[in-house]
Amino acid sequence: MADSMAPRADPDAGAAPTPDPSTMPTMGPPSPTALRGRGEAGLRGSGGTEAAVPRRVRRGDLWRRLARNELAVAGGLILALVAVAAVFAPYLSPEDPLEMNPTLLLQPPSAEHWLGTDEFGRDILSRVIWGARISLYVGAISVTIAVVAGVTLGLVAGYFGGLVDDLIARVLDVVFAFPTILLALGIVGMLGPSLTNTMIAIGIVYTPVYARLARGTTLAVKERDFVEAAVVSGANSARIIARHILPNVAAPLIVQTSLSLSLAILAEASLSFLGLGTQPPDPSWGTMVNTGQRLIELSPWPVVFPGLAIVLAVLAFNLIGDGLRDALDPRLRA
Amino acid sequence: MTRYLIRRVLLVAPVLFGVSVAVFLMLRLIPGDVVDVILGTEGAASPERLAQLRALFGLDRPFHEQYLTWLGGLLSGDLGRSIRTSRPILPDILTRLPVTLQLASMAMVLSLGIALPLGVLSAVRRYTRADSVIRIVGLIGLSIPNFWLATMMILGVSTFARGVLPTSGYTPLAQDILGSLRSLLLPSVALAVANMAILMRMTRSSMLEVLRQEYVTTARSKGLVERAVVYRHALRNALIPVATIAGVQVGYLLGGAIIVEQIFALPGVGTLILNGILQRDYPVVQAGVLFVAASFVLVNLAVDVLYAYLDPRIHYG
Repeated sequence: MADSMAPRADPDAGAAPTPDPSTMPTMGPPSPTALRGRGEAGLRGSGGTEAAVPRRVRRGDLWRRLARNELAVAGGLILALVAVAAVFAPYLSPEDPLEMNPTLLLQPPSAEHWLGTDEFGRDILSRVIWGARISLYVGAISVTIAVVAGVTLGLVAGYFGGLVDDLIARVLDVVFAFPTILLALGIVGMLGPSLTNTMIAIGIVYTPVYARLARGTTLAVKERDFVEAAVVSGANSARIIARHILPNVAAPLIVQTSLSLSLAILAEASLSFLGLGTQPPDPSWGTMVNTGQRLIELSPWPVVFPGLAIVLAVLAFNLIGDGLRDALDPRLRA
Repeated sequence: MTRYLIRRVLLVAPVLFGVSVAVFLMLRLIPGDVVDVILGTEGAASPERLAQLRALFGLDRPFHEQYLTWLGGLLSGDLGRSIRTSRPILPDILTRLPVTLQLASMAMVLSLGIALPLGVLSAVRRYTRADSVIRIVGLIGLSIPNFWLATMMILGVSTFARGVLPTSGYTPLAQDILGSLRSLLLPSVALAVANMAILMRMTRSSMLEVLRQEYVTTARSKGLVERAVVYRHALRNALIPVATIAGVQVGYLLGGAIIVEQIFALPGVGTLILNGILQRDYPVVQAGVLFVAASFVLVNLAVDVLYAYLDPRIHYG
């Protein structure tokens, strides 16, 4: 087999004799139900205790490994593009994204309007650029909600164990029992459609993944000598968690965050597409696809370009997530 | 084995209980209450009418009593009534269920049918051009929103192949089997793509893991043909984690069905839930969400039980 002669310059390629519990969800030290996260995100988040202990990778190493991974570099470049669009939208967009022009409805791409115009004569390029801002903003806020809530719950559950752990685990099992988009829809449906409610809903939906991740790592780390040493030397729980345990949760957390951002952007786009997320006339990519599809027979461009923008942004985070995972823990390479 | 099964079933009970509590609590998220929502469409009402309606919905009683009444109803098959049409909800869900189930099943069959061979190929030819292409296609598949893919497919069919495949509506299986499959072909592809990408990536990494195991080396050193090593020895074990993920992905398919059904105008449970949300018909949303979440839990239970039979290594005490 050519496996051992991998052309990729990866010091650890093939040198992984131990089975990786995270690819065998039923074999790991099981949480009571097999309802782990959904999709890859949940999978990676659920790893067994053993594999969840990251090998600390020095920052310089991490960057070098990432830079060697062509796909991760491509992801980084796409993300840079989207981020620049988001940050500098007011300067980059050729026109006001909300300005209507009744004389130029549904124009195809042209020299004046590179991506054409929509059903109100608004410039699609400008709207796509401003859309990047909404997408990244919603992604960042909702993932922050999930990280803060989830990691806190996970650290507390893992560190204190016992009744607290059981209680938190039960609640998380229940949240896991809902398909993500269904739960997000349900929450937004009840709270009422809006951008804020969308971010809250997405944040809640992705909280359990982080909780499980943080809990698993905490369980594995807390038996280590350096934690016992801290306990013996009289440090209090809060300090031990913050100084000794949290840094070890960081590596798997970074990978998960990249993947969650891709899922959060997709979720916001889906909710907005259904008319429950960002409300018109704000230029969210999902909303643009929704309004555009009604007149798609007349002009496909209002649907095509925002859709491509979603694909690119989501792809960027997926590529980076894959690259980070490979760089941080070669045993988990997919 | 029996003990494992009993334990596994017992573990599902508290989850289902939790799901019912969560879904019941969902109604508490509404600004105001259900009565305000109904009256929103009827105009101003007298305090007597308000009190009467609140009593009708049991809102004047303590919280736990409301929950127990609701749970009692659930257990006897009463999911409540729509506040828009006053029709009982359960029959509506049951008539729509076959559409959603057929859509999700077709999507799952499609994804597995494509993901497994490609995932194996990718693992066996690791680091070749075929592997790179499959991995990149997988990543892109993972990144395409299903609603956009669906819209683009409808556009493609109506522009280049008008009439070849139906782009909206559903033909029941009982009426015309082939026509029924055709009516759900585009929707199931739209739903399947992301799922396919996930299963393909899972198959690949699981195969790579298994191919490193000692028994695979042993099989090779016995002089077995590579085909036999891959398909007889490696694949069977590699499929175990893939099966778990496939079970979990049912949740994705049921959730995604809500969006895809809407686009293709399919009369499934998803459209029921979505219309419920848009018309603020909260009991319908509540019942629909509960129904889908419970199905998801039970499907995962079924998957667990199924491979406890398939894999003799699983012995939970």
